[in-house]
Amino acid sequence: MPNYYEPEIECASREKLREIQSKRLVQAVKRCYENVPFYKKKFDEIGLKPEDIRSIDDLPKLPFTTKQDLRDTYPFGLVAVPRGELARVHASSGTTGKQTVVAYTQNDLDVWSRSAARAIVGTGGTKEDFVHVSYGYGLFTGGLGLHDGAEKLGATVIPVSSGNTNRQVQILQDYGSDILCCTPSYAMYIGETVRDKGIDPKTLKVRIGIFGAEPWTEEMRREIEKALAIKAYDIYGLSEIAGPGVACECEEQAGMHVQEDFFFPEIIDPVTGEQLPDGEEGELVFTCIGKEALPLLRYRTRDICSLNHEPCKCGRTLVRMNKPKGRTDDMLIIRGINVFPSQIESVLLDLGMDPNYRMIVDRKNNLDTLEVQVEMNESMFADTVRSLEQVERTIADALHSTLNIAAKITLLEPKSIERSEGKAKRVIDRRNLG
Amino acid sequence: MQIQQLSVFIENKPGRMAEVTEVLADAQIDIRAISVADTRDFGILRVIVDKPKEAVEALKAHGMTVTLTKVIAVGIDDKPGAFSKAVRLLSNEGFDVEYMYAFISRDKGKAFVIIRVDNGQKAAEALHANGFQILEPETIYAM
Repeated sequence: MPNYYEPEIECASREKLREIQSKRLVQAVKRCYENVPFYKKKFDEIGLKPEDIRSIDDLPKLPFTTKQDLRDTYPFGLVAVPRGELARVHASSGTTGKQTVVAYTQNDLDVWSRSAARAIVGTGGTKEDFVHVSYGYGLFTGGLGLHDGAEKLGATVIPVSSGNTNRQVQILQDYGSDILCCTPSYAMYIGETVRDKGIDPKTLKVRIGIFGAEPWTEEMRREIEKALAIKAYDIYGLSEIAGPGVACECEEQAGMHVQEDFFFPEIIDPVTGEQLPDGEEGELVFTCIGKEALPLLRYRTRDICSLNHEPCKCGRTLVRMNKPKGRTDDMLIIRGINVFPSQIESVLLDLGMDPNYRMIVDRKNNLDTLEVQVEMNESMFADTVRSLEQVERTIADALHSTLNIAAKITLLEPKSIERSEGKAKRVIDRRNLG
Repeated sequence: MQIQQLSVFIENKPGRMAEVTEVLADAQIDIRAISVADTRDFGILRVIVDKPKEAVEALKAHGMTVTLTKVIAVGIDDKPGAFSKAVRLLSNEGFDVEYMYAFISRDKGKAFVIIRVDNGQKAAEALHANGFQILEPETIYAM
């Protein structure tokens, strides 16, 4: 039997959800106009009055908010409440430039932890579970996000934070963690460490993995599930909207349910800004309709994915988003071809290789070059130069047929690419340096 | 009739060769013969040692990629033309030599060649039938 944390919302009819969303949108718009000079100016410039927004259908009338807007108003320019009402601040990991600061009231933290609690329950977690949080704690939202969600649920939190992988494995073994939360690349690393220690993953109690904060593929999911003998679920979030728990997969593993009573999603054409229908890929945009401190309107996430409003087998009616292929700003344009690091990962996993790779993009004689460095493993290794060159050719051919791009393949020794305890650094783009 | 050779994957970067051989030294492994095949980016270090299994374990414990490969060790008289006879024989019999490297032992008058061919067992038998000395694993490990 499926369990829900808040069935009256998670399984509500579309009409009821629409009603809640419309009501909250009207409040959010009013709050922004009255308390955030940035929004007042934007509205006034296009002659938009808060009263013009009467339901969720009026959303396309609203202007977009971008990451640049947050940077321009750094640190607290978009905050809609007096400083004294703030309960906490977080900051983006700064993976794509200057960090952005976000702020929460106590109610906002409550909205976020309810979302994270729903996420945990959706994956089959219960209040009996030990939740092992290996996301980093601190300004990054990963650690405290899952921590608060698990506490809200009444589960037992093990706030391990990231790092010291041997200790992570020790704790998994000794404390009997039921749920592991971290980035997918760190989950792979923990899985490798379990294997290196000669531990049979089936002897570990952990049964659920909740992984997010970076894009990952279905192939990677299968690898992690095998390495740790668990079911692995994708969780989505971003600090600008709240943090992990904005959306998360349920036990069906068929898309991430968006907590759309708090965070209203749209898919737009990234060039024209037009809304796109279900099933069409475009840029994911969120409007925070249940938040006080930072009620961003139509925030462009730069994540590329699609939405699906079909009811889910799990019983939830909450709209599902598919796995983002990557952020538009993770996307590399190499000789005019769009390449996401996750596509390289897919190719390697399809070839039965470990997804330990690094992309080095450079420009030589005005021509972009791509080098993909791949770690060797024993199954790829043979005694002759000829067979290793064959391995390189196999990878190059597979990349060429999938991505239509020529890459130089370099084989590296195992473990020579630095393992990340947070977000994996997969790309070194040298083109901007010269 | 074949012996076990260690093949170790190494990136072309400073210090790697030293690290690999230090691991062997620390494990009290005695090297009998050594050769490197290299390309621009990587190399394959091939080593004949006295204790192949222990050597593999020691290298793996240090996270290195290593496999055991079967090769033949042929004893050749240390005089002009002796080696060419062996190579001609392998060629005439249709064996494809992947690589080879030589070393000289403490025994006077003998040189040794490590040969990797596609069909090692048959090649060793052919050489033996034509009067070449094929070294048994125990002989080489105990040298």
